[in-house]
Amino acid sequence: MAKREYSFYPGCSSQKGASSSNYLRSVKAMCEELDIQLNDIPDWNCCSASIGYAGGGELPRLALSARNIALSEQHNAGQEIVATCAACWLATRETSERLEEDESLFAEANQALAEAGLKLKNETPIKHMCEVLVEDIGYDEIGEKVKKPLEGIRIAGYVGCQTNRPFGIHGESYENPMYLDKLVDTLGAESIPAYEKKVQCCGGALAFSEPEKSQEMIKGIIEAAYDNGADMIVTPCPVCQMNVEVYQDQINETYGTKFKMPVVYYSTLMTVAFGRSAKDAALDGQVIPAKQLEAIANR
Amino acid sequence: MSELNQQMIEQYRTRFLQEVEANVEEGEWVKMCMQCGVCSGSCPLGKHWAHPPQEIFMMIRAGKREEVLTSDSMWMCTSCYNCIVRCPRGLPITHIMHGLATYAKRLGLAPKNQPTAKFAQLFWDNLVKKGRVNELKLGLSLYFMNGFGEGIKVAMKQQAIGLGMLRTKRMNPMEVVGGHAVKDLDGFHKMIRKAQELEDARIKQNAG
Ligand code: SF4
Ligand code: SF4
Repeated sequence: MAKREYSFYPGCSSQKGASSSNYLRSVKAMCEELDIQLNDIPDWNCCSASIGYAGGGELPRLALSARNIALSEQHNAGQEIVATCAACWLATRETSERLEEDESLFAEANQALAEAGLKLKNETPIKHMCEVLVEDIGYDEIGEKVKKPLEGIRIAGYVGCQTNRPFGIHGESYENPMYLDKLVDTLGAESIPAYEKKVQCCGGALAFSEPEKSQEMIKGIIEAAYDNGADMIVTPCPVCQMNVEVYQDQINETYGTKFKMPVVYYSTLMTVAFGRSAKDAALDGQVIPAKQLEAIANR
Repeated sequence: MSELNQQMIEQYRTRFLQEVEANVEEGEWVKMCMQCGVCSGSCPLGKHWAHPPQEIFMMIRAGKREEVLTSDSMWMCTSCYNCIVRCPRGLPITHIMHGLATYAKRLGLAPKNQPTAKFAQLFWDNLVKKGRVNELKLGLSLYFMNGFGEGIKVAMKQQAIGLGMLRTKRMNPMEVVGGHAVKDLDGFHKMIRKAQELEDARIKQNAG
């Protein structure tokens, strides 16, 4: 039996053939090595991220996450919910807190859920995978699993927005969180704790609707990584990963820069450091290849 | 202008703050703002906001209903939550911005052709249909949201990105025909409908 079990909310972008399907693959390998069992919430739905608000009012949006929590409480009773996507985690936890504070909304949410034959108790803690790693497992245990230290790679830890605010990791600062840097060090790579853009916004969903404005911010995030001598950027967020990785050619075109900076997930790093294959780490999912990680994984 | 908008104007007259408190998500917090300006200095796209959050809160109290609700400022919120963790009064600013946007949309006052307003609506429609977001269809409708000719132009520009995503299996062309969905789609739709009904009823009651 696995040492730890969680009720898992994978989220839309991790689905097969979707933009962060590579994230999910590396998370699965990472969890195998850490003896974590993830039980999917059956029939989960979209959380509406932070952008559905033009079409959905407050209650319909809350109902979305309420349904996921209710399904989890019914099928994965007693297990804490864990999400890998920052927006999923945020929306789910926010819903839980809002419904806890507001009795009339809670009653209305349950009225809506009853239409689908569901009932929300709202007693389930909702965690981000990073909380599981840092708080439940800890750096020491992670360090013990490292078989191939990521020596000689300098990595900028880009935490971004929603993994960090408004909830964040217990005991970490909103303005200068250090856990990603500690994780990088634990895996034998070299962290850059003074990477000044570590919590800069990448534009989130507005990278689609306001591309020029967002790409200006993304440019700053990559530029600072280069200025700090980084070989690659690591992030816990699928929106950050996508935004910072895939627009580099367009940014180069607009600004005359020569960016080619790999952007990976913490789970990519961990899967490689734990000695698993490049495929398990989903290195083939990089639009900008992370060659140094490939070299270590193929060693 | 919508009928609901007229009813709200008559119902609240010059009391815009009360209107916000009763009808906007987390609107009851607005009066707690002490105008320190920290939130305005925190918005990543702040230089593009005609009225940053602090100013919006002041305008609400000053009864500038039309200016606030037709503004495109709150549609520039990236949901970065900088403001929320910094506000000394603990205002849930992000949610108030979303709430104002939702309310303006509901009243038919949201600026036409605001790109994020359009995208946010597309996103919602996309997720409600199947219970899960279909990134490809969302992307396609996004490219074409400004009409066909414009869409082809945008799509061409994004082609390189699409190809990169395709090559790495992070985009699936088959999503156009089928795609991911929740199994209990019927229950899902009933739930959303009910939630919508309950919320509409609450707002209608406020409209007198
Ligand atoms: S930070 Fe808070 S108190 Fe200060 S202006 Fe903004 S909302 Fe008002
Ligand atoms: S959450 Fe929205 S309002 Fe708050 S700082 Fe970020 S962009 Fe500005």
